[in-house]
This record gives sequence, C-alpha cells and structure tokens, in this order.
Amino acid sequence: MSILSATETKYQALREKAEAKLAPLAAETIIWIGTATCGKAAGAVEVREAFKAELKNKGIDAEVREVGCMGHCYAEPLAVIAKPGFPAICYGKVDEGLVTRLVDDFLINDDPCYEFALVALEPNDVFPTFSDFPRGVYENKMILEQCGFIDPEDIDHYIAKDGYSALAKALNTEPQQVLAEINGANLRGRGGAGFPAGVKWEAVVKQVEKTRYVICNADEGDPGAFMDRSILESNPHLVVEGMIICAYAVGAGHGYLYIRSEYPQAIRRVQTALEQARERGLLGKSIMDNGFAFDLEVFTGAGAFVCGEGTALINSMEGKLGMPEHRPPRLSTAGLRGKPTVLNNVKTFAYVPLIMKKGADWFKNTGTAESPGTAVFALAGKVENPGLVEVPMGTTLRQLIYDVGQGIPGEKEFKAVQIGGPSGGCLPEASLDIPIDFDSLKEGGAIMGSGGIVVLDEDDCMVRIARYFLKFTQQESCGKCTFCRLGTKHMLDILTAITKGEGKLSDLETLRELAEDVQVGSLCNLGRTAPNPILTTLQYFYDEYKAHIEEKRCPSLMCPDLIAYFIAPEQCSKLCNACVGSCPVEAVYTRDDGLKAIDQEKCVKCDNCLKACPIEYNAVIKLSPPALLAEKEGSTK
Amino acid sequence: MLLEGERDTILKTTSAVLAEHGARREKLIPLLQAVQEQLGYLPKLAMEEIAAALDIPAVEVFGPATFYNSFRLHPPGEHQFKVCMGTACYMIGGQIALDSFERRLQIKPGETTADRRFSLDQVACVGCCSLAPVVVVDNFVEGKVTPTRVDGLILSYESNGQKVEQDSQQTEATNTDEAKGEEGS
Ligand SMILES: Cc1cc2nc3c(=O)[nH]c(=O)nc-3n(C[C@H](O)[C@H](O)[C@H](O)COP(=O)(O)O)c2cc1C
Ligand code: FES
Repeated sequence: MSILSATETKYQALREKAEAKLAPLAAETIIWIGTATCGKAAGAVEVREAFKAELKNKGIDAEVREVGCMGHCYAEPLAVIAKPGFPAICYGKVDEGLVTRLVDDFLINDDPCYEFALVALEPNDVFPTFSDFPRGVYENKMILEQCGFIDPEDIDHYIAKDGYSALAKALNTEPQQVLAEINGANLRGRGGAGFPAGVKWEAVVKQVEKTRYVICNADEGDPGAFMDRSILESNPHLVVEGMIICAYAVGAGHGYLYIRSEYPQAIRRVQTALEQARERGLLGKSIMDNGFAFDLEVFTGAGAFVCGEGTALINSMEGKLGMPEHRPPRLSTAGLRGKPTVLNNVKTFAYVPLIMKKGADWFKNTGTAESPGTAVFALAGKVENPGLVEVPMGTTLRQLIYDVGQGIPGEKEFKAVQIGGPSGGCLPEASLDIPIDFDSLKEGGAIMGSGGIVVLDEDDCMVRIARYFLKFTQQESCGKCTFCRLGTKHMLDILTAITKGEGKLSDLETLRELAEDVQVGSLCNLGRTAPNPILTTLQYFYDEYKAHIEEKRCPSLMCPDLIAYFIAPEQCSKLCNACVGSCPVEAVYTRDDGLKAIDQEKCVKCDNCLKACPIEYNAVIKLSPPALLAEKEGSTK
Repeated sequence: MLLEGERDTILKTTSAVLAEHGARREKLIPLLQAVQEQLGYLPKLAMEEIAAALDIPAVEVFGPATFYNSFRLHPPGEHQFKVCMGTACYMIGGQIALDSFERRLQIKPGETTADRRFSLDQVACVGCCSLAPVVVVDNFVEGKVTPTRVDGLILSYESNGQKVEQDSQQTEATNTDEAKGEEGS
C-alpha cells in the first residue's frame, strides 16, 4: 500500500469539494444554453433571457446556465434541458416561442416535446443520441468531448469531470516520464506543420539556460477557422492543464497564452480560468503542494496574420513589429527574451492531459500510424451541417463532407474543398478520397493547416477564391522579404485582371513561375505557402481560368465584372413588384408594358433582385459573359 | 485638431495607462491596446507620450500602431459596422455586404463618417460561418446580411439616436461608378 503523496491528497481534496458542490445539481432541473460566439450570434442571449423570464413568471424552480459550443453550429441557438427523470435533451434552433412551449409542456407537464428535440445526450429508450446519427459514427471526440457540456467559467465542473487529474499524475512522476509519454504518443503539432511536440519539448530540456517559457499559440489567423477560439471559450482548463504539464516536463516557470484580440470572449474566459486555477493552487508557487512553480498570463495579440508564425509572435510579444526572423536559432534555443521557449498550438496542448491520463497507446489507437489521434475542423461553406467537428486522422474528405457535414445543400453540385486556409489548397472531386492526415494532404497540394475547411459548390468561382486568399496574404505580408512582398502583389494583380476579363493566356504561365519563385524565395511560411491556392486551382481548375481569359466568362457566374443581370420578359409577371423594391440603387424599373427591366448602368450586381423574384417566376437570371445581354435584349425588344 | 478637453483626456488616460502597465519597452503593445480600449483609437499625442515615457523614438511607436490591424488611428464612429471577410462569408456575399455599406455610408473600410456616427471595418472569420454573410454591429453579430438588411441596419441605428439630416451625401449614394469598383482600392 502506497501512501498518498502531497499532490494526490491535494487533488483528492479539490475533487471532493468540486463533486460536493455539483452533486445537488443532479436533483435539479437545469437549462444549459450554448453561448459561445456562434451561439450568441444566432440569438442565444435572447433565448437565455426568455427562459429566465418564463421561469420567473411561472414560478418554476430551475436554473439557467451557460456552456460553450457543442459544434453543431447549424442548429444554433442550442439549449439542453436536464430534468430529473428524463435523459438530458438538446433542442436546436430555439426561439422565444419554443422557450414558452418547453417551459409549459416539459418543465410543467413532463412532455419533453420530442418533435423539437435534436438529440438526447444520454443513452435512453425513447430518443436517439449523437452516436445514432451518421455524424456521430464518424466523429470521435477527444479534445472537444466536453466542449458544450461543462460550464467553462466554473473550474469545479472541469475538476468534477476528472479535470486536473492528469496534472496530478504528471506531478507524481518525473518530468522525463511525461516527456516519454508525449513522445511515445507521437503527438504532432496541430498548428499546421505537424512537427512532433515531444521533439520540440526535448530540445528545450537539453538547454543549459534554466529560464524557460511555454507559449500557447492562439492567434488563429486563418480567415475561415475558429476551432481554437471554440476550445478556449468552451473548455479553457483543458488547454491550461496541458500547458502546466508541458511546463513541468520542460522546467518552465512562466507561460503565456497569445490570443488574438478579435476573440474577446475567449480572452475573458481564459482569464477567469487562470484566476480560478490560481485560487485552487493549480498555478502559482507550489502547484498542488508539489513544489513546482509555474504561472500563466494572457497576451492579447494585436492583429497580424504573420504573428501566428513563431518568431514573429515572439517579436510582437516583445513590443516590436511582428516580423519573422531567419531560423535557426529555433525558439527552443532562443525564444522569448532569448530564452528557450516551447510554442504549441491550442489543440496540441489540449491533447496533453488526455494522453497523460489515458496513455500514449490509447492515443495511438485512433488515427493513422504516422498521424495518430484526431483532427479538428471548422467545417464551413456549402455544407448542410457546418460546425466544429472532430474526426480520427485518416478519415477521408468525402466522409467529412458527406457523412459528417451531410453533403451540399440544395441540388447543387460539389466543386472543390478548400483546406488549410491561405496556406492551403483547393482539391477537386477526384481528391475526395484522400485521407485527412498531415502527409497525404501535402501530396495532394493542400496542407492540414490550421483546420479551416470550406466546401465550394458550382456557384463558387475558383479564380475568385484563389484571388481572395492571395489578397489576404498580400495584405498580411509583413514586407520584410522581397519575394513575398513583391511576388504576392504581382500575382494578385494578374488574378485581379483575370477576374475582370482583362487577362491573357500567357499570364497563367507567369503566374505559375512567380508562384514557384515565391515558394522557394520567401523567408517564412507565409510567403512559402501563399502560392498554394493558386497552384492548386491552376492544376485542377485550369478551364475556369481559361474561360475567364478567352471568353470573358465566369462559369460560376460570380465575378461581378463578367456577369450581367437580366429579367427574362417571358417569365416576368406584370403583377409583381418584388424586384423593384429590392434594388438598393433603383436600377430595376417597370417598362411601359408593365414588365420589369434592369438599367445596366446603375446595377451594382448585389443579387438582391434575383433573390427577391418569387420562385414561381424565376425571371431574374445572370448572364456571363455580359455580351450575351445584347443578344437577349435584342431578341425581346 | 484636438479640442482642449480632448487633449486633457488623452494625456490623463495615457499617464494612467503608463502607471498601470509600467513604462517598459516590452509593454508597448499592451500599452497601446489599453489606450485604444479607453479612447477608442490611438491619438498621435498618446503615442508621442508613450514614446517619451519609454524613451524610444516616436517612429518605434508609430510602426507597431500601423503594422497591426487592430489599432485605429482615427476616432471610431458611434456605431461600428465590421463586415466579415472570412472565407465562408466572402464566398457567400460578404463583398456584396461590404459594397453596400460603402455605398450607403460613402466611406471605405477603416474610415468613419464625417459626423462620426458610423465607422466601417473588415474582420476575418468571427466564427459564425453558418450564418454567413456576417456583420458585427458594435458587439452584436448579425447573420445573413443582404443589401436590404444593410439599409435596415443603418436605418435602425440612425433612428436610434437623433434623426439624421438627409444630407446630399446620403441621397446621392447611388453613384454607380464608385459602387461597382470592386474593393475600391
Ligand atoms: C504565417 C503563419 C501563420 C501561422 N498561424 C498560426 C496560428 O494562427 N496558430 C498556430 O497555432 N500556428 C500558426 N502557425 C504555425 C506556427 O508557426 C507554429 O508552427 C505552431 O504554432 C507550432 O505549434 P504546433 O507545433 O503545436 O503546431 C503559423 C505559421 C505561419 C508561417
Ligand atoms: S467567415 Fe464570416 S464568420 Fe466565418
């Protein structure tokens, strides 16, 4: 029989206190509202207030609490009702009407209104749970497991669900053993490049310098990604615990979470988490009475994509311009203030407590041999069920889009999937069976990147999306090295000309050459990966470029300079005025014969009239090239 | 030009911020963030004060202030419209929403209307892609913003305060050449 160490005793006390505090909740009715940024945008605050008002008016004894994001963004606002005697049930697209219904029928009268329920959170005999849906079959939640199911602003919720037990376990072993576990798990960095975290940590351990730092990269600059934000908003302690374990393994005394300023709610919730951890002795002079000292603070980023790059991030933390430096030296030898520094992504740290708790083998049981574990994506664009998803590495893009995301909405056809954001690429239908892992995606021309996935359908123009990302990188290029600064500008100019119908076929060759030069000549990965969106679209969607250039035609009817709106007289109803009223610039007018027409000089191509025209008429159409207009108009005059 | 009262406020705020964070070179960005948080922007005077306190040339403060996207050098409008230009929003009409704001307010992203009522900005993904295109109005997120909704939003904020004069700027907002020029840059 071993006696409990000081750390174990301390942890048990924390755990018992948390459990004692939460135990009475099981006997209460609780309404959980998802109030991460995505929920709030969909009206979660109004829903929360409506519940509170209803409960008060009707004198019902129930509590309203807030949780983070469950990942089902398409169904926001979400509310979960946990009433003793019933499985906890989640309702989607909740509005004030439904709130009244739920309070009257369910809370007062025991009818859970299954017709409005989305899913049950616990196995039961009456209503399906997540694992009964296709998405649940493919999803495998490791780091998102508790997101949306615990109160991110109350550390006791995390502790009661086994939180900080991994830290207690780590503190009870030697730092080398922690390192061995992480190395054994082959945990690869989730910030994009997939570099093994253990190798990075080991490099810091080997340094003679004893002042060391741990930094969490929560700059999340990809303009289509929000996984890191969601995790910080929904379960901040998981990341904090991972960072403390890392600090213990590498012997760091201080650390920072570098969070972008655009994420105020994440910053607030992390700050609250740090305070609560400090109060309970999980941060500070002697963590869990073990003698190990470590503290964390938040550094708010100032908004520059390039600051996601390690050396630029360090520069910005030191108050300088966020420009990258030549490497080596690597951060592990000379990072913040010249000291050895570990920099990992939010998700990378989030896996650490799980690996410590369940072991390297558990982790390696999921995913592929070279990329163990799961991948977390922000799935967006033209999919039925966008949101935050976590699937095992090795899942194919097809499974992700069609099974997890439930495919393309409407009768539209899939065109491409953009993966990896500004550094990634666009893959066509033929690449959909590529397994998602660090190495396979690279072969396809894309990268795992930060985890933004945008699905594009037939209405999305590939030249335009390439131009969109290039414009982003061009604006965010810090200007330090010539290839990136001038190369991105030149490429952007060419793409802009093409989207305006002013391109030449020879431009495409120039584009390719420039792209290859910028790839090899740039100082940091911002420049080196910036050409990826161009190269992949050129490779897979060459015909679209050609159509823009040779026919001045945008096949997806998207580029404003290459389309014209037209009202087909044979379909237009004289009795309807919907389009006229919808036009923000008074370009739509009524002809003498009562039919509607568009003044092309005034039209700003906002698409409003097309949306306004009732489906039974479908009279507004887009034409490309705009030259078709003359033909159409001629034939109808 | 700053009014006398503004000058005082700026000086007071800046020295309070310096006192709270400490006048260290490494604190430059947190200092600028704190000043902006309180004043809504970074007045030149505040930056000069900070440079003096840190004992560095003023350009070393202007540099970061212009390099990083989150700093504004002009006073913000009473209401801020931030149009999401993240990937999902862009592909589904974000540009159209931005164009509509530019057309209606007659300003470009980063600018404030002359009466300081509204300012217009772009942001990258705010994490509500399923509601694309998204506009953040002050701190509220508006989803599925069409040009008609843009008009509605501006109108609702105009009528919230005093009634705005129907000045010529507003009614002449249909200048098509302006509006068609895509990013207008
Ligand atoms: C331009 C640029 C932007 C980056 N942005 C991010 C980011 O937002 N978040 C992130 O974790 N890593 C980002 N990275 C990668 C980091 O440089 C670094 O590799 C990563 O934070 C290391 O963590 P990991 O090993 O856990 O992935 C970026 C890299 C570049 C070149
Ligand atoms: S792209 Fe606009 S919210 Fe994500």
